[in-house]
Amino acid sequence: MSEIAIRVENISKQYRIGVLQERPDTLRDLLTTKAQRAGRWIKRGGASQYEGPAHIWALKDISFEVERGQVLGIVGRNGAGKSTLLKVLSRVTDPTLGFGEIHGRVGSLLEVGTGFHPELSGRENIYLNGAILGMRREEIDRKFDEIVEFSEVGKFIDTPVKRFSSGMYLRLAFAVAAHLEPEILVVDEVLAVGDAEFQRKCLGKMSDVAQEGRTVLFVSHNMSAVLRLTQETIVLDQGKMVMRAPTPEAVDHYLNMGLTKQGERFWSGEDFINQKAPFVPVALRVLNLTGQVVDTVNAAEGFSIELVYQLTEDITGLRVGIYMMTTRGEFVFTSFDTDDPQLYQQYTVRTQGRYISRCRIPSNLMNEGRYVLGVNASVYRIQRFFQDDKALTFTVDATGAPGMQWPEPRLGPVRPKLEWKIGKVER
Amino acid sequence: MEKRQQQKEATPVIYLKPSKGWLSIDFNELWRYRELIYFLTWRDIKVRYKQAVLGIAWALLQPVLTVLIFTVVFGVLLQTPSQGLPYPLFAISALLPWQLFANALQRSSISLVGNANLITKIYFPRLAIPLSSVMAALVDFGVSFFVLIGMMVYYRYLPGWNLLWLPVIILFALLTALAVGLWLSAINVQYRDVQHMVPFIVQVWMYASPIVYPIEIIPAGIWRTLYGLNPMVGVIQSYRWALLGGDQPDATMLISIVVVIFLLVSGVYYFRRMEKTFADIV
Repeated sequence: MSEIAIRVENISKQYRIGVLQERPDTLRDLLTTKAQRAGRWIKRGGASQYEGPAHIWALKDISFEVERGQVLGIVGRNGAGKSTLLKVLSRVTDPTLGFGEIHGRVGSLLEVGTGFHPELSGRENIYLNGAILGMRREEIDRKFDEIVEFSEVGKFIDTPVKRFSSGMYLRLAFAVAAHLEPEILVVDEVLAVGDAEFQRKCLGKMSDVAQEGRTVLFVSHNMSAVLRLTQETIVLDQGKMVMRAPTPEAVDHYLNMGLTKQGERFWSGEDFINQKAPFVPVALRVLNLTGQVVDTVNAAEGFSIELVYQLTEDITGLRVGIYMMTTRGEFVFTSFDTDDPQLYQQYTVRTQGRYISRCRIPSNLMNEGRYVLGVNASVYRIQRFFQDDKALTFTVDATGAPGMQWPEPRLGPVRPKLEWKIGKVER
Repeated sequence: MEKRQQQKEATPVIYLKPSKGWLSIDFNELWRYRELIYFLTWRDIKVRYKQAVLGIAWALLQPVLTVLIFTVVFGVLLQTPSQGLPYPLFAISALLPWQLFANALQRSSISLVGNANLITKIYFPRLAIPLSSVMAALVDFGVSFFVLIGMMVYYRYLPGWNLLWLPVIILFALLTALAVGLWLSAINVQYRDVQHMVPFIVQVWMYASPIVYPIEIIPAGIWRTLYGLNPMVGVIQSYRWALLGGDQPDATMLISIVVVIFLLVSGVYYFRRMEKTFADIV
């Protein structure tokens, strides 16, 4: 059963940028720009319309296939082309170039609540929204009670949705959309709504859909949801497909994208919003035993992390620290430079000037893998001056670490050298 | 279960490719989406009269008040001739098809922009939007039709067999509105100038149609022929004829029909050509 549900070849989508200046918003503008463009076109000798700096490829040469029943994740940063791709696949907009074929009806969940009208009641909106999403009336009749129950808005069902709380509104909207039954479901960032309990319910519904053998394209910034729901994932960057791989691999790749390499990170003025803060970060570095700035450190040797910063005024009670995280966003540990009571006493007040806070990561602590460093500078419970959760990534190499005689990967972010004793129990 | 199986076998294949050239209407697809058209129409009407104390009664009040104004200004003060009919009856018999047309035109021309959130998120035949706006106007018309019946009873006018033509004439008025509405709504997606122009277009068009004055005011011959280029002349004349009798619609009606067919066909093609870009520029 390896039927193809979606196949696209070299799908590309071009938009004009600088829309505000470029696009003729009124008829008068249209006439003048048409004239100008005709002039340019003649000068160029009638070159292709796809040229010029005023155009941007939101998608470029995207090709992939999705089998029926597969749940495919799509990840990428904002502006990477995820939404454009979904719009092309759901036929909202046509590709500029390329070709694709879709076997089956496509139902899209591009932002829940599309087509909800605030003046209409919950009941009326269920019907309206259902029709917009492509449900038949008898289908909605049949599922009506189920939808209401799922949404938990029960007794407010005949109240205009403009009087709903935003949570109720989103729950109702998701409930309608979740009861669609197309062969192919396109989901964009719907899990960002509601409280934790409802999110859990949504995720559950999504995996039900997947288990029913329907094809799902799932776009999200929530990596744990992507990991949970999909086996395979596409990574988009600047309109191009940079990777298609089993989800854990693709997610790691995505999380590493755009993070600086070289074991060093510098900050310039634009990187932090609170420019008036007396704490100005300068650099974050990962150093090996010999004090060199490196991207890859050895777990068996241990390494150092240092943060360079400038204080523009005296600060009382400052603590500067790091978060160590895996690339999936799980915390390994948090540590502050004034954790030690003695240092805490000594640096009650830090006078203005330039500082370096350096910590040593002991040997045989970290497991091999790629890690993310976050930085935090704050006064406990008073003020946070600076925070960057993804300041730097680096690699830990496990050569010489405990248990390397077995070349299998070890689970978990730490790989401590523990003292074992083996004794034979005599009977 | 069997039904499921059948559905699977009949899995439709959709092709994605760059759009080129001119496309005609896909009537099959439009038919499949008939429920959407119905719900959009229903929403337009529902929303229009929500939170208004008088609700749908406004669809009755509007023609009544307009006829009152017309009667005072044109009937009483200006003594406008009215083909031997009581002036209020003369006015309402033209006002109803006119308001149907004007309403449909105004709603449809801004309909695409008003539904931008749908267009940018979900696929459905874009024609459903202006179509449902026109349909919504028809519901208002149906309600205000009672005003006309009331006035005919009051003035004791009994319609003849011509009345059977009424559905055809109403359809013609709707097609006229749709034809112009398709053009204007598609242009409005890119050039919002349209929505500022529409109120004036409607106003000028009203005075260019025999609503407050009889067609006899226009000199017969070449002028009358030119006048017939306005399809609403044909609509209003034949509507009056169907209800109240009088002269049968003449050759001007033919001109009107030709004009509407031309506008409608070109409107549909223009719309279909532009609709692929709606989501990108709206």
